[in-house]
Amino acid sequence: MQEMTEAKAEPAEALAAQSRAASLRGLFRAVGMLPVLIVLCILIQLTSLYLTGEGRFMTFQNLSIVTQQASVNAVLAAGMTFVILTGGIDLSVGSILAVAAMMGLIVSKDFGFLGIPTAMLAGLACGLFNGALVAFVRLPPFIVTLGSLTAVRGVARLLGGDTTVFNPSLPFAFIGNGSVYGVPWLVIIAFLVILVSWLILRRTVLGVHIYAVGGNETAARLSGIKVPRVLLFVYGASGLLAGVGGVMQAARLYAANGLQLGQSYELDAIAAVILGGTSFVGGIGSIWGTLIGALIIAVLTNGLVLLGVSDIWQYIAKGAVIIGAVALDRYRLRGSART
Amino acid sequence: MTPEPGAGETSPAPLMSLRGIRKSFGSIAALRGVDLDLYAGECLGLVGDNAAGKSTLTKILAGTYLPDAGSITLDGRPARFGGPAEARALGIEMVYQDLSLCDTIDVAGNLFLGRELCRRGFLRKRAMCDEARQVLAALDIHIPNLRARVAGLSGGQRQSIAIARAAAFDPRVLIMDEPTSALAVAEVQAVLALIRRVKAKGVAVVLITHRLQDLFLVCDRIAVMYEGTKVAERFIGQTDIEDLIRLIVGGNPAGDGQGFAPVADRDPPQRRHAPC
Repeated sequence: MQEMTEAKAEPAEALAAQSRAASLRGLFRAVGMLPVLIVLCILIQLTSLYLTGEGRFMTFQNLSIVTQQASVNAVLAAGMTFVILTGGIDLSVGSILAVAAMMGLIVSKDFGFLGIPTAMLAGLACGLFNGALVAFVRLPPFIVTLGSLTAVRGVARLLGGDTTVFNPSLPFAFIGNGSVYGVPWLVIIAFLVILVSWLILRRTVLGVHIYAVGGNETAARLSGIKVPRVLLFVYGASGLLAGVGGVMQAARLYAANGLQLGQSYELDAIAAVILGGTSFVGGIGSIWGTLIGALIIAVLTNGLVLLGVSDIWQYIAKGAVIIGAVALDRYRLRGSART
Repeated sequence: MTPEPGAGETSPAPLMSLRGIRKSFGSIAALRGVDLDLYAGECLGLVGDNAAGKSTLTKILAGTYLPDAGSITLDGRPARFGGPAEARALGIEMVYQDLSLCDTIDVAGNLFLGRELCRRGFLRKRAMCDEARQVLAALDIHIPNLRARVAGLSGGQRQSIAIARAAAFDPRVLIMDEPTSALAVAEVQAVLALIRRVKAKGVAVVLITHRLQDLFLVCDRIAVMYEGTKVAERFIGQTDIEDLIRLIVGGNPAGDGQGFAPVADRDPPQRRHAPC
């Protein structure tokens, strides 16, 4: 025993260095897509410089627009990260966003700011409904959220009587259009959401349990983790954040349409999570990767518009970049880790 | 080497006793009235052919299954486990055959899985790492980097972590289902040495294994299961591999399933397999 404690004392520094190296590797993995984002920005800037004679992309104004475009998707993708880390999927976030926006706008007409908590609670309720079906009825997440994708969309149309709800004197419109010291509120909210998500995932017991459920659900259950509670949380969080997204969207547009708002947003959110290096199998991934994924999608959309690429080709280019970026990531990681 | 607590040193009262345990799955009777005693600081080997009821018995010990009939006493008091968490709260830990680790979580996280050190829900990472280092050092397990994911570790290291996790929190009973079946030779020796160290701490160890030679290295007593009953129970000095094999394949009726089987009428073992 004594020899061992002596032996332990010696390599303490080596161990510290090793763990530093490990966390550095972890960081590198988390920001794995950062080079893609940077290259994309430079490419768009150079092309726009070549085509128009001036770099239109990297201007303060345009970058502010890009981050605003990324913000709603980043918030949805944060919730999606929780879900995918447990090995699940939430296809209903776009529809939940529409319901939340409708509720928020309808309530805001009579009760002003109460529209915000109403929208968030509506999102939370939808998410908890998904979570209860997955956690307690043990239905597959894909089926459950595919069902609510359709059903909740119906509810969104029902809420406004299948019309567009419009509130020109929306009291919380500043959220969608105002800024603090030049930083748009949408960006502040998105960043706060990412920060809180990071805290939960990396600094709390709940976070470890989320990774554990995704990594090995049987082991998690046998070690006493209350798996249903974790699942309820992740779907609830995804719903709540879709509600936040609904508030952001409603505040930006002063209006919401149950049929159109948030259509196929779930696909952009999933794409952001996957671009960020989170594994579809569960247990592996980080919220910073998701942020970078959301930025890549926003930069791509914005850049293609700036360059005057037609709408049709934008779809094709976006899909190709998503597949290409993930393929590149897999290729890069193949040597270093077998995950 | 740790001194072997022989039969004479075990405390007279069993730590945990099973009496008349029965368990059926549908029409299949997996256990048909099993009695078993576990003593502190003693390793009990549990052997038997496939479907003899070993795993069912250990799952009843660990609280995963509820017995259909029979009684369990812990420290002489009746006990009834509603689930693995309740059994664990009473100091009964199980290491499962299929490595119950989370590959995507680091070593320290796996050691504390389900009972993380925290302050208001926030992890105390430094404290967890320090304590994990102590726990592993106390069991003489060498894992260089506690922040590494267990996916990258060898089978032996992973099994060591699984055992350390069960042994770390002062269990009274530690049940291991085939802990060495998937390991390389050197790794098996390390795990067996680990079992001896755990036993020396006064833990009642139950070891299921198909590797009969391992039993003679760590066990004090061996119980043989055959078709849902315990057909024999031997002190390690009273038996040898041939004897065990006969009992396992034949369910030799020499054992009456109640207490220790008489050994006087058997051929004396060629030599005593001294535990090292």
